[in-house]
Amino acid sequence: MLMAVPVLALDTEPSSTRTIKHVLSVILRDPLSLISTIMIIAFILMAVFAYQIAPYPEEGAGKPNVPNTMLPPSQEHWFGTDRLGRDVLSRVIVGARSALVVPIIVVTLAVLIGAPLGAVAGYKGGRIDEVIMRITDLFLAFPSLLLAMAITSALGRGLGNAAIALVVSWWPWYTRLVRGVTVGLKERYFIEAAQAIGVRDGVIILRHILPNTISPILVQATVDMGIVIIAMGGLAFLGLGTQPPAPDWGLMVSEGRSYILEQWWISTFPGLAIFVVVLAFNLLGDTLRDIFDPRQYR
Amino acid sequence: MLIGVSIITFALARVVPSDAAALYIGPKARPDEIEKIRIKLGLDKPLPIQYAIYMGELLQGDLGTSIGTKRPVTQELADRLPATLELLFAGMFLAVILGVPLGVLSAQSQGRGPDFFVRTISIIGISFPAFFLGLILQIIFFRNLHLFPLAGRIDVDLRFTSPVEMITNFILLDSLLTRNWIALKSATYHLLLPAITLAAYPMGLVARMTRATMLEVLGQDYIRTARAYGIKDRVVVYVYALKNAISPTLTVIGLTFAFALTGTFFVEIIFNWPGLGLFTVRSLLNLDYPAIMGITLFGAAGYVFINLNVDLLQAWIDPRISLK
Repeated sequence: MLMAVPVLALDTEPSSTRTIKHVLSVILRDPLSLISTIMIIAFILMAVFAYQIAPYPEEGAGKPNVPNTMLPPSQEHWFGTDRLGRDVLSRVIVGARSALVVPIIVVTLAVLIGAPLGAVAGYKGGRIDEVIMRITDLFLAFPSLLLAMAITSALGRGLGNAAIALVVSWWPWYTRLVRGVTVGLKERYFIEAAQAIGVRDGVIILRHILPNTISPILVQATVDMGIVIIAMGGLAFLGLGTQPPAPDWGLMVSEGRSYILEQWWISTFPGLAIFVVVLAFNLLGDTLRDIFDPRQYR
Repeated sequence: MLIGVSIITFALARVVPSDAAALYIGPKARPDEIEKIRIKLGLDKPLPIQYAIYMGELLQGDLGTSIGTKRPVTQELADRLPATLELLFAGMFLAVILGVPLGVLSAQSQGRGPDFFVRTISIIGISFPAFFLGLILQIIFFRNLHLFPLAGRIDVDLRFTSPVEMITNFILLDSLLTRNWIALKSATYHLLLPAITLAAYPMGLVARMTRATMLEVLGQDYIRTARAYGIKDRVVVYVYALKNAISPTLTVIGLTFAFALTGTFFVEIIFNWPGLGLFTVRSLLNLDYPAIMGITLFGAAGYVFINLNVDLLQAWIDPRISLK
């Protein structure tokens, strides 16, 4: 696509604020991505204000209410109650904190670790590149979720350790991605110009390379959000993530599993919550990919 | 590469904060007994030596002894692997034979009804966590429609009425080889729901990838030329276009194989499938580190092996990709 246009005219450094404005305008025009963006924001707000929104905040946090055990959905309990009589709706709302907000933190950390390493590897080349990419390849040799499971088990079960394990398993994807983009950018005139006037390497990477890797990172991170939410739920489902009585969507699906044929609501609603959030991120990811690079697929 | 992988797995097992020797012998052990076990397991030696011993055993195909079952890890893996592989292959098979044609159909009818349909089901497929989809399928097909069995690999009654002679431990294959049709039918019925659960994610990915690459290929000049020559549309699409579009799809299939391997763990738990998954989860929860190391190492090796095969297959299909 670059070929038809004179290279010099194209080779101005795109500014990241313009990118963001462009993304916003496309999202506002496309109903599907608008809905998914609104949904993601709504879920995040729900997680932040969980204890204000939840009809039974104490039960949401894990306080049992045994007389109410396994009530079907009703006026008082829209999503029914679980084995310990806790309101499932409240638990879904409070559970958004570990099931949705923690994956956001995980992906952010993975980007913050992976992207600079990739930029350094791609920009410096040579031995530094070799070392960084060898280590990256090592981590990528494991199926990510399996590695995360093993790390969580080694560190000890729990939400925090599960999050650390996911960061450790996910950063290499960003290193590889950003390195690829950086190798392409290095040949561009604005980088050469910066080098020619004696800008230091660190500044070039920070000011000129990393800002130009934002769009592919954004696409990748949005798609990864869905995968990490499912992975996080999976770890909790296996008993490695969030520990009871704290609520987590994956854990709740697991808790309701034995009753699935009779008391279907215990597992179904938290499961649906995962599905809806992941769907929203995937739809948004598709839109972002169409904007930035319709050809690139993972 | 595999040396690095083995170092990571080894390091992982040594981060375990609890005392492996104490775990091995159980909660009622006296300190001197624990000490004996520590020496027996070689845990008293410095880490590099422990690693050397571990590597030495590994090269001889010895992954150590499971703390939980007290049996060799290799044997535990070998016993459970056929069931997992059966599920994995069935799932991936479904994903590919459904995903590729759906992707082609979608690309052919870009912007129209079938395209919309395929894109919807593929995005739903990649958004459904396996551990939830399995439960939903159980509710629909077992509880409401009574079409498929709830769990397990084969009807328990068959163990008495027409037992399957185990040759390869792949039940489908064994019952086919021994012409045990009743068992074959039962095993197929048992396999379907878990396989569909497993297939949903890779199928969605494969369909999306096929669609994207097909759209690109169908816009090329040589496709227009082929059409202009009056070659039948089906031949143009499935022979000329698909052959050029399949390569990126193969990469995706390779990547999702690894994803599906961890996916089988969840599917196995939900459908009580006697494979690696249940063993893995028990090992993870009980800090059975030799088992965890074995499984992780095996997973990495399988992943590398599959991706190597994908590369070879791509070179075979597409001569433009040469093997260095």
